[in-house]
Amino acid sequence: MTILARSQAIGKPKPSKAQIARWIEGYLFAAPFIIGFVVFIAFPMAFSIYLVFHKWNLLTEPEFIGLGNILQLFADPKAGASMWATGMYAFVSTIIQVVFAFFLAILLNEKINFRNFYRTALYLPVIVPIVVSAFIWQRAYHPDFGIINEFLRWFGIAPRAWLFETELALGAFIFMRIWSMGTMMVVFLAGLQNVPESLKEAAAIDGAGILQRFWNITVPLMTPTIFFNLVVGIINSFQVFAPALIMTKGGPQDATLFMVLYIYRQGFEYLNMGYSATLAWLLFLVIVIFTIIQFRMSERWVYYEGG
Amino acid sequence: MENQSTSATFTRSDAAAAHARQARMRRLIGHVIGRILIHATLILLSLMAIVPVLWMISSSLKASTEVFAVPMQWLPETPRWANYADAFERAPLWLNMWNTAVVSFLAVLGTVVSSVFVAYAFARMDWPGKSIFFALLIATMMLPGIVLLVPRFIMFSKIFPAIFGFKWINTFLPLVVPPWFAIYGFYIFLLRQFFLSIPVELEDAARIDGASTFRILWQIILPLSKPALVSVIIFSFLYHYSDFLEPLIYLSNINTWTIAVAIRAFNDQYYATSWEIVFASGTFALIPMIIIFFIAQRYFVQGIHLTGFGGR
Repeated sequence: MTILARSQAIGKPKPSKAQIARWIEGYLFAAPFIIGFVVFIAFPMAFSIYLVFHKWNLLTEPEFIGLGNILQLFADPKAGASMWATGMYAFVSTIIQVVFAFFLAILLNEKINFRNFYRTALYLPVIVPIVVSAFIWQRAYHPDFGIINEFLRWFGIAPRAWLFETELALGAFIFMRIWSMGTMMVVFLAGLQNVPESLKEAAAIDGAGILQRFWNITVPLMTPTIFFNLVVGIINSFQVFAPALIMTKGGPQDATLFMVLYIYRQGFEYLNMGYSATLAWLLFLVIVIFTIIQFRMSERWVYYEGG
Repeated sequence: MENQSTSATFTRSDAAAAHARQARMRRLIGHVIGRILIHATLILLSLMAIVPVLWMISSSLKASTEVFAVPMQWLPETPRWANYADAFERAPLWLNMWNTAVVSFLAVLGTVVSSVFVAYAFARMDWPGKSIFFALLIATMMLPGIVLLVPRFIMFSKIFPAIFGFKWINTFLPLVVPPWFAIYGFYIFLLRQFFLSIPVELEDAARIDGASTFRILWQIILPLSKPALVSVIIFSFLYHYSDFLEPLIYLSNINTWTIAVAIRAFNDQYYATSWEIVFASGTFALIPMIIIFFIAQRYFVQGIHLTGFGGR
């Protein structure tokens, strides 16, 4: 009897009634995600693949065009320009942002006076809604009445039309993004709490100077946080939209026609649903590829304690 | 011989003391200079962070002539609060703010409620397929929302009305229904991590006493998870409050607009002429954020600690 029961247990674990009841309860609790995933994520993604092979303006019936949208993608100079602007924006702004945020977090990790004031002030741009910060910067960059040219005038630098000159507009957007690096700074500050003080003290006793301690202890222990901020920062910045729509409408000469803006325009202004979906997949692929490359590269420079 | 040696020791120790004093002095000076440099850098960068915002607020109280003064006039002669009344007259900004409050409230509530159940299912419950769905959850966290934008729009404008028999576009439904289905993986992940850190013995004891899973979640887990819940509420509120793209495509009537969409239209309309009015609308949209930030400041940082991302 016992032997039989045991062999049954080894052969095929038959779920008991109680077990099945527990499973059902598990599915009930997870149901919002399972339903939500199918309805609001998996189905739209599948539908989006359908759209890639169709031409549809929402008014008439969708028309199958095979690879038409993909061919159009390769022939469309705006798609290339848009990808280039987005990539430049994403990489340059994220790298500068990471460097600045790390540097500021190091300074704010010191026990200095007014630390809370600095932290609050530097974090402030993050809580400004994106549309409002677009208002501010649209005018801050104004050639005649903006604060940027006003500051530059103090140093005798001639005013520029930042958002209206092809070679300056992208840089103006990058500067604007660096302005709101508060989130990254806070993530770095959280990471710095995990760098043990004792390790730095031990190195100091062994005669390591402040720079040596920084390079050989703080930086290696912080590489996972740096990596996290880089990956998340690049994924997020590839999806920039509102500032460009509001401040430049993609101009001058498509210099700030970021991918999401172009996708929005194709879909909701020109009603090219199929082409818009195709562009969105292109953006998605680019993000995935760059994220994979970063993970591959991270094996060389990210240091995991005990790993 | 003896004397000589003692005097030599004295000289040597004197020199050593002087040397140490000098080194101490140098360290002190280095320290002071270091501190001055740190404060100078931080003051400069803090100013760069806040001056644009202060400039907007100050300009929202200027007369039109003061906004366009060259060289710049930083402060208004007399603050013109009438600019705000003017802005409220030109567009239904209070209504738009109310819309934002309704949308944010329903979306945040839905996110919290659904994410709590799902996170508990992933943290503590046992069901076939759990690991597959968890992998899918992580994958959704990396999925850019833009891929879903066009198909979801078609779903809400064509498919859902056909299924449910009422229209979804130009209502709040596309903005507030999906959050009730736990579509934001990040919050589930954050809550799951937190639930995992609660000792399982607490639940076992309650289970032996015959408590249902729902009661355990409600009476044991949730009271212990307040910091994580507050973080989810704040993060998702910030997101929905300033969300722009989705309200922009789903809401086409000025009376259904959220504040972000409304002030953008306002800006397009008055960009060339009335900066002070546009700035007043921008300040109006910023005020709720500032209030919430100062009430809940510590949770902003805490939430990042909770995810464990900061450390690893």
